This record gives sequence, structure tokens and C-alpha cells, in this order.
Amino acid sequence: MIKINNKRLVKFFGYKAIRLLILLIVIAAISFIMIQLSPIDPVKAYLGQRIVSQEQLAIMGEYWGTNLSLGERVMGWLQTLASGSMGFSLIYRVPVTEVIVQKFTASFTLMAVSWVISAVVGFGLGVIAGAKEGTLTDKAIKTYCYILQSTPTFWVGLVLLMVFSVYLGWFPIGLSVPIGQLSDTVTFWQWLYRLILPAITLSIVGIASLTMYTRDKLISVKKSDYVLFAKARGESFWGIIKNHGIRNILLPAITIQFMSFNELFGGTILVEQVFAYPGIGQATVAAGLRSDVPLLLGIVIISAIFVFAGNLIADIIYEYVDPRIRSEDDE
Amino acid sequence: MGNLLEVNNLSISFTQYVQGLNRHDSKVISDLTIDINESEIVAVLGSSGSGKSLLAHSILGILPYNANVTGELKYKGAVLDQGLKEKLRGKEICLIPQSVNYLDPLMKVSEQAIGECKDEAEHKEKKIRQREIFSRYGLDESVDDLYPFELSGGMARKVLLSTALIGDPDLLIADEPTPGLDAKSVEETIQDIKNLKNHGKGVLLITHEIDVALKTADRVAIFYSGYVIEINRVENFKNADNVLHPYTKALINSLPRNGFKLTEGVQPLGEVHGCPYYENCPIRLDKCENNIPELEEHDGVMIRCFNFKEANDGA
Repeated sequence: MIKINNKRLVKFFGYKAIRLLILLIVIAAISFIMIQLSPIDPVKAYLGQRIVSQEQLAIMGEYWGTNLSLGERVMGWLQTLASGSMGFSLIYRVPVTEVIVQKFTASFTLMAVSWVISAVVGFGLGVIAGAKEGTLTDKAIKTYCYILQSTPTFWVGLVLLMVFSVYLGWFPIGLSVPIGQLSDTVTFWQWLYRLILPAITLSIVGIASLTMYTRDKLISVKKSDYVLFAKARGESFWGIIKNHGIRNILLPAITIQFMSFNELFGGTILVEQVFAYPGIGQATVAAGLRSDVPLLLGIVIISAIFVFAGNLIADIIYEYVDPRIRSEDDE
Repeated sequence: MGNLLEVNNLSISFTQYVQGLNRHDSKVISDLTIDINESEIVAVLGSSGSGKSLLAHSILGILPYNANVTGELKYKGAVLDQGLKEKLRGKEICLIPQSVNYLDPLMKVSEQAIGECKDEAEHKEKKIRQREIFSRYGLDESVDDLYPFELSGGMARKVLLSTALIGDPDLLIADEPTPGLDAKSVEETIQDIKNLKNHGKGVLLITHEIDVALKTADRVAIFYSGYVIEINRVENFKNADNVLHPYTKALINSLPRNGFKLTEGVQPLGEVHGCPYYENCPIRLDKCENNIPELEEHDGVMIRCFNFKEANDGA
């Protein structure tokens, strides 16, 4: 159904690939320089509490390259990255890529579930509020959104934990696996059960902004000439909302939702901390607190790619699904 | 009883808040009376931005919520209330909108012409009819799958007209069908509207283009400052002597072919206590300042002017 112009497609993705490459080099370099300028000493972080002699310290410093100039260090870091290695995590004692793959997989489910929840609930509430503009329903949804929007994620997490886990005892207090059980032996239902509370917490903030956006868009669509004409043609209220309203707000809403990957990632860090959920968010906090420089830099790069991917998908939808933009260059 | 639509003493005003809590009613249409028969085109001619479109909106029941409406509408003799409007619109009474902005930008034009359907069967049936009407206007099958922004000006106009004809209405309301069109398209539009009349349909043509009104309509209602001041047969507009109201005379004399004689003065914007044309009228009487004349019949012409009331009463 969708006509795709191959030349344009290649140009589009080629351009995006170059953008990503430049972005990654700049982010890698800047974050590395910032860490170099910070008081973190990788040698000390590596040694931890162990006591070593001055000579040993000097040998290690040379091995780690502390005597090199900043420029040389940055170049070295970029070269290592280009070879596909992100170094060795100081906390986990395995290559950074391995840590990230493992932790990111755990977080990915959490993020995906809450992303879907916030998309469905946020859009649904937005459509209801927009359709019923000015009514009590609309006001209730709006109030709910204002409250959520101004509430920090971690606080929502704490409240949910207190209510549902501590007072009501419906959900576990934390961790992705029951205590005393190996992660390989966890059943799907056990796992899902432990995912509910963190996923809800994470989705809540996304809901508010998407709802307000959807509501606003729908209201402006309702004021358009084509909705007036649809009314003049005797189409029913909900028919208009469905046929013209949702048709015209779905694309921008999906786009917005893909562009919210950055909030999702930021939220994950807080939520995983509150729920002691062992994912990328917790790894980020651990890496920061325990001066695990390679892991921290690795996460910075991965999160940049993650957010870039979200924006890229939004761009693709924008360019290739909207018929108005799709055929612009085709002629 | 050939009257398709009767509008009696229709007034539309809007409640606005000016400067805080001061409520102000701004009247857009005052005491509008007009009627349309089957196989007849009646044009409402007034300056742009004077609120003529609200007449169309009120017939279709799509006025905004803050509009206050008084007066009576009748369709085929039955009182046209909101319930009946909702039942008839899109079926017996259809609007021909003025531009592609009235089409959903993300919906294929064939689907828009078909409109909302209860089930698959209805959709199938209407699809056949849509194809039939599109091909009548020379729109081939490739047009079905286009989006509004892909239509050329001429195609858009035909699609808009087709959307109104799917339901086979008896009364069509054309709201400014010609602005911004080139001379050839205007000519085509006029022909299209005349064809509708030949098929027995009544058409209410709302326009600010005097030429379009005179070429298309059977009767023309002159809309001035919210009032209909004269409804006359189109033949009488050839010459300023055959129309009655001083404003209509001035209007016709101002046409290039009639010597371009322009009159000073503007239409009053705010409330007037007397005749809306009092300020600029060459034959005004003393009572015109504070009394509004009624729209009354005089030799088969509807006219709102005390000069003719006098003549009537005298006779």
C-alpha cells in the first residue's frame, strides 16, 4: 500500500547513519573528557580497598595510561570503541558489553511493558478527555494528569510500594526474582507478577504528558472545518471522533510516544532503584557510585543509541506513514 | 405548497464577554426571511464576513453552542427543529462546502464521499453510487484513492460537489462555492449548480460574488448589515430601475457594465435602531432613523423599506 521511493530511502537512512556516527563520537569524547576532568581516579577505583606500594601504583598508572595527555587518552578511547570493545567493568569483572546486554535485556521488558501501558492508557484517556471537553470527565482526567505530571517518579514508586506491597501485601517489595530462587527457575507468571508494580510506576509519568497532548490535538481537530462538515453530513459524534479524530491524532501521538524514550530511560533509573530491580538503571547508579568508569561510559553510549532509535522511529513514521509528507518528494 | 424550505424571521446572535464580565450580544443575522422552492436557485448575496454562512449552519444545526437563535425554519412544511435537522442533514439537506479544508486531510476522497456507514452492506451500496457520481463529473477511478491535498482545484470542486450528492438530497446549500477560482472554473461551477436545479433540486447559494449570483440564481436576496433588504427576481437586476431598495440600486449602478457609479458610506457594524441603510440612504424619511422597516411584499418583490410601505398603504 505504501509506495516507497528507494533512492529517497537510501538517502534518508544514509543521512541518519552519518548523524548517528557523529553523535556517538561526540558523546563518547565529551563524556570521556568529563570523567577525566572529574576527581574519579580509575586506578584507585580499580584497587578499591587493597593496599599497594608506591612502585606498584606507578606501574599500574603507566599501564592505565595516566601519564598520557588528555588528547592521547581520548584518541585511545575512541580507537578502542571503534574496535568494538567498551572495556572491562570494574564492579562486575566482565566486559562492559556483556554487562550491558544482560542488564539491558532485563530493563527492556520493564521499559517495553510500561511504554505500551502508557501509550494505550495515555492515548485512551486523551481521546476521552478531548471528546468530552469541558465536562466533569474531562476535568477529572485533566486534574489527574496535572497531579501525575508534577509528581516525581520515585515518589510515585514509593507510594505504590507502601500501599500495594506493605499495607495490602498484594505485590512483592522488590527484586525481579523471589528471594532464594535462581533466575533460571523463575516461571513466567512469577516474573510477570514482579514486573507489574515497577512497570505501572514507570508508565505513570508517560501517561500524563501523552494524555494532555492527545486531548489538545483532538480538541483542535474538533474545531476544524472538516469536522464541521462531517457534522453537517450527519455523521454521529463518536463516528466523527473515530473516523476523523483518531485518524488525525494517532500519528502525532505515536510520534510523541517514540520521542519519549529519553524520559523512559531516565525513569527506569529511578524506578529500578526504588524497586531494587536489577536492570540497566541499577547498573547506572552502581557504576556512578562506585566509580566504574568503563561501565558508566558504556551506558552513556547505549542510552544515546536508545534515545536515537526512538527518535529515528518517530522520524520514519513521520516521513513514510503520513501520506502528506510521504509523497512530497515522489513527484 | 411547493415550498421546500421556509425561513421566517431568523435571528442569530452570539453572547460574548467583553472587558471582564460585561456580556454583550452581537447580532449577526437579524430577522431573515427567505424561501426556496423545488427546482429553484435562491442566492443570498452579501459582503464577505457578514455572517451569511451562519444561515447555512443554522439550517444544518451546526451553529456553535454560544449562538442564540430565534425564528422559525420549515422544511417541506414541517418545523425544522434540531432533531429533524439531525435526521435530514447529509440525506435530504446537503452542504456543498467551499474548499478542500472541509475534507479530512488523511482520508481518501472516495471514503469521504461515502461518509459514515452502519455496516459493510451500506458501504458497498454507497461505493457504487459514489463511483457513479464521480464518473458523472469525469473523475476516474484513480481519483478514488487520492487524498485531498493531491487534488487539483477543479477536481477538488467536483469532489466537494459529489460529497453532497451521495445522499440524493432535495435541498443543497452551496456556501461560497466560487472564491479564488479562475473564470473557467467559476463558469463550470455555475453550470453544475444549474444542472442540480434541472434535476428538480432546490439550491440555496450563499455568495458575495454578484456576478455568480446573477448568473446562477432565479431569485436573489440582498443581505445588508445582517438584514435581508430585498428579494427580487434575477431578471430585475439587469437594470437599476427594476430593483426597489436604494441599496440594491446603488449596488447595480456600481457594476462596471452599469457605469461604475460608486456611493459613499459603509455598512454599519454595531447595533442600529432604525433602518440599517439610514446613514447612506438618498430617500430616507424621518421615521427611518428610529424604526426598522419590515420585510414586506410589494408587487411580488420582498422589500424592507418604508418608502414602499407608504406606497402600499396608500394604494
